[in-house]
Amino acid sequence: MIKSLDPRITRAEINLENTIEPLRDLDQWETYEVFHQKKRGDQHMHVGIVHAPNAEMAFIFGKEQFGRRGLSVNIWVVKTRDVYVSDYEDSDIYDTVPEKNYREAGGYKVMDKINKFKKGF
Amino acid sequence: MYGNAYIDPNDKATAMTAGEDPKKLEEFEARIARGEKIEPMDWMPKEYRKQLVRMIEQHGHSEIIGALPEGTWITRAPGFRRKLALMAKVQDEVGHAQLLYSAAETLGKSREAMINDLITGKSKYSNVFNYPAFTWADACIIAWLIDAGAIINQVANAKGSYGPYCRALDRICTEESFHLKYGHDNVVTLATGTPKQREMVQAALTRWWPPIMHFFGPSDKISNHTEILMRWKVKMATNDDMRQQFLNMYVPKIWDLGLTLPDENLKKNAEGKWEYTEPDWEEFKRVINGGGPCNAERLAVRRNAEERGRWVREALNTTESKYIVPLA
Ligand SMILES: [Fe+2]
Ligand SMILES: [Fe+2]
Repeated sequence: MIKSLDPRITRAEINLENTIEPLRDLDQWETYEVFHQKKRGDQHMHVGIVHAPNAEMAFIFGKEQFGRRGLSVNIWVVKTRDVYVSDYEDSDIYDTVPEKNYREAGGYKVMDKINKFKKGF
Repeated sequence: MYGNAYIDPNDKATAMTAGEDPKKLEEFEARIARGEKIEPMDWMPKEYRKQLVRMIEQHGHSEIIGALPEGTWITRAPGFRRKLALMAKVQDEVGHAQLLYSAAETLGKSREAMINDLITGKSKYSNVFNYPAFTWADACIIAWLIDAGAIINQVANAKGSYGPYCRALDRICTEESFHLKYGHDNVVTLATGTPKQREMVQAALTRWWPPIMHFFGPSDKISNHTEILMRWKVKMATNDDMRQQFLNMYVPKIWDLGLTLPDENLKKNAEGKWEYTEPDWEEFKRVINGGGPCNAERLAVRRNAEERGRWVREALNTTESKYIVPLA
């Protein structure tokens, strides 16, 4: 038995030569992606992952891991495997026509036309 | 792998990229040179992935094992506030391990595999945690100076190239600032206290100095290996540079408290560089390979925790669970 400087370890009666079976697959469960909201009114943001056996436990672990300093007012968790993701390899799907000011406010300048129209009035 | 015939086996830089698609490698290196981050699903050289997994995993193990020497004093921390603070710090460290394991997992090594490699002694962790915390003052020195060393390392690595590791480190560094302040406060309390308290903190500092000097690892001769890891922003500073930075920031603070360090040769030279007696790297090797005072206890405690918790984890598991690599 270990005689430790840490009384908690001495009390746990641990054999120094303990051998154990290796952890099996899924021993640590699957992962959930965690999103938190810093304050009311903000959007939820992805902050990381937790391993959990179910959504409720994922929420508890997520709250402990990311919300223990009072930096979250709300947390969402979702199974990693339920998230549909795009591939960085396919970044060309985000390519678009080089000139896109037809869909921006700055692409529309009416004052010139109005002023010209007024002068000719 | 036609190119192999031309590779000089002594050229580590070439060996590390042997067999990689040259075009993809070029794009990868250009991305890093532009200061962009690499994300989990990006193409990356095998060696980049391997080195990162090893590094992040060991960092995670260090956080989890580091909780043990400090945890030694939770039940006997002097006063309620310090007990609360120490529990919070130890919880943070275990949280850091989880953040780091997650980052390593995105590179394809499962958490089960990492834990198995830790408890069988296959993976290493920071050597300092193989030393015992004899007194409360040891726990205070750890919280101040070991965390200070960790911060230097973590702040440097947070500017690295692998996105998930950088994000984990940003989160970790924020919490470390509390650890550092808490540790400093404790050391100052002892150093400005009664003669007995001063004696206690001086003894702890003297004990911890050799492991602290070992903390950043052996002096690095600049090899091709280091060069390529620095180009890939896996390694952000040399061991010696980090050690210099540490000495520069903390030796004056230690001396300010009228404490002494057990190295007569320690001084800042005219060029502003710190000189010191070369740490005993044989001792370092002996301890990291299992010969330290606490290696066996640390791993036995971890194995015990995994074993006694196993039935709870199994009871909670459901048959429809399915593991896929986390996203970020
Ligand atoms: Fe930490
Ligand atoms: Fe810390």
